[in-house]
Amino acid sequence: MSSDALRAAPGSAVRLGDMQPGFRGVIVAVRRPSGSAAGATDPEELELRLLEFGFVEGARVEVLHEGPIGGDPIAVRVDDMRVALRRNEAMNVILTEASA
Amino acid sequence: MNLSAIPTVALVGNPNCGKTALFNALTGSRQKVANYAGVTVEKKEGLAELPDGRRLRIVDLPGTYSLRARSPDEAVTRDAVLGRLPGEPAPDVILCVADATNLGLVLRLALELKTTGRPLVFVLNMIDIAERQGIEIDVDALSRALGAPVTATVATRRRGLDTLLEIAAAQAAGTSDLGPDLWREPSAADVRNAHRAARDLMRSAVRPPSRPDTLTGRLDGVLLHPAAGLLILLGLLFLMFQAVFAWAAPLQDLTEAGFAALGAAATAGLPTGWMQGLVVDGLIAGVGSVLVFLPQILLLFVFILLLEDSGYMARAAFLMDRIMGGAGLHGRAFIPLLSSFACAVPGIMSTRVIDNRRDRLTTILTAPLMTCSARIPVYTLIIGALIPERTVGGFLSLQGLVMFGLYAAGILSALAVAFVIRKVLWRGGSEPFMMQLPDYKIPDPVNLLRNLGQKAWAFISRAGRIILPLMVLVWALSTWPSAPEGAEGPAIAYSAAGRIGHWLEPVFAPIGFSWEMVVALIPGMAAREVAVAALGAIYAVGGAEGDLAGVLSRQWPLASGLAFLAWYVFAPQCVATLAVVRRETGGWVWPGIMFAYMLALAYLAAFIVHHVAVAFGLG
Repeated sequence: MSSDALRAAPGSAVRLGDMQPGFRGVIVAVRRPSGSAAGATDPEELELRLLEFGFVEGARVEVLHEGPIGGDPIAVRVDDMRVALRRNEAMNVILTEASA
Repeated sequence: MNLSAIPTVALVGNPNCGKTALFNALTGSRQKVANYAGVTVEKKEGLAELPDGRRLRIVDLPGTYSLRARSPDEAVTRDAVLGRLPGEPAPDVILCVADATNLGLVLRLALELKTTGRPLVFVLNMIDIAERQGIEIDVDALSRALGAPVTATVATRRRGLDTLLEIAAAQAAGTSDLGPDLWREPSAADVRNAHRAARDLMRSAVRPPSRPDTLTGRLDGVLLHPAAGLLILLGLLFLMFQAVFAWAAPLQDLTEAGFAALGAAATAGLPTGWMQGLVVDGLIAGVGSVLVFLPQILLLFVFILLLEDSGYMARAAFLMDRIMGGAGLHGRAFIPLLSSFACAVPGIMSTRVIDNRRDRLTTILTAPLMTCSARIPVYTLIIGALIPERTVGGFLSLQGLVMFGLYAAGILSALAVAFVIRKVLWRGGSEPFMMQLPDYKIPDPVNLLRNLGQKAWAFISRAGRIILPLMVLVWALSTWPSAPEGAEGPAIAYSAAGRIGHWLEPVFAPIGFSWEMVVALIPGMAAREVAVAALGAIYAVGGAEGDLAGVLSRQWPLASGLAFLAWYVFAPQCVATLAVVRRETGGWVWPGIMFAYMLALAYLAAFIVHHVAVAFGLG
């Protein structure tokens, strides 16, 4: 279903890991990272962790802050909760920009 | 009193939901803290009493987002809930504690807890803050949808506690109709489905805040600001150091004076002989040398608890993550490493906040490289004895510069060691860093004091159980065999420690250590600063440190003194640290690795420093 969601919004899908503070969007897919993007963690484990922190399809996300060095990690609001994560992991969260 | 007749109630919830405050409010002072068998996870349980005299056994389980365990703490929560812990009854009732202002994730956890078939009570804690924000929760609708009673509390103001206990007791009484345990490790699809169900629940029963909290957002605007945030963090650290080193000093002097008076009283009261030595030099001096750090450790923990309870700690980890990450450390390693400047023992204990085992081990292995306060007396003595008191560049004290250099050497070597561990021991990418940034709140003083008391007791009892016997052993080694009649030189030269010192001298000769210096390292095993007392005994001068410094400045070549300082940057010989690492890692493998690598670095550093100094004509 996640790949369907990606196809449904061609061109406008962005990765959370690329976004700057101020960005608002809605999650259309949470991907299972492939290969080296998963780091030392098992890919399914990372997907589950993202899901457990509320990064789930349909959740509203706003990028609030970024870290002092290299803009990493980022602090985001997921629905009603503030979460900090590294950009590398945030690359697996695909969003479309919210209209307003 | 038959404990098994008292129903067990387990508290489960997300981190930062006020679960521990609720536990404290329910059990008051009737609680005990221990460890779960075989793991280093704290086990907190207590008794709650209903107005009619019925009792409930309350167990506070580590916070979690899911029963799918990621850390030892979370594994305990899962096993306790499922009744898989040996010697622990499965809970009769699960209290799922929710932060009423933040229900999304905990509703999913509640749905997961439902699948265990155990009776569930859903607790809307911090309901006052939710009310203030204008969040409206339809308790009946929520209760119907969850299939579990829902009740509201304000743990810090003791609101709603009787009702909660009443409901929990009623649920426990009806335990005969347990549902089947359908829990299984959830897949990604399961988590998505549960989220969907939780969201539907939110829509039907919770109206979003009409006056949302803006304080946290405004504070974060400053505290997470790339420049201002870092400056404030540095300011807080500076304040913390100031407190630990300056404010604790009078209390430490008092402790020291107290133990000195106790020692004098014991000397006067006991007949001269080995018994007097054991009591005065072994027991009293031993316990005193450990307890003298209690004021520092308490102050440090006050700061850490304040930062944690207010919600700032997660922000500090956020700001430091990239800086620490460069060396392969986790953002959360920041606090344990900071604590280690007071003492590595509480520092290593506080690595429990790091859920990944590898990140935790890296932190544990590097923590003792932070210059702990036990090294200060050694540094002060040697610097005072051997480094001339003059200024460089007009205003900088040379002695102060050397002290600073020793601190910097510790920090840099810790970063280097962490980097090497990351590259050699576990290669591959870094572990994910994902952390909730809780809303800011004012710490509750009662909870703070209770936590502080528990930490203090943990330290004192450890001092009693581990450090004390070792102090006695070291004292015995330094005392027997005693010097023969009419022998020349200090008595310690004839003792087992003295013999070991002589025997090891050839090994230490390449780094410029005399046998006296080697002997001082042996009692230094018990606590690093004991080396100062040992040097005092060897050179047979009284307690006054000024005299000892004078002797050292005449007897020690500068190159040897500098090598001794370099050795102490690493100084592997701290039994308390090794013992706590054994406890936290569950075996002797990691303390062994730690001892070996620190020993190697200490020797290498002293070797280099000695030879460079000799080459510069400082021999």
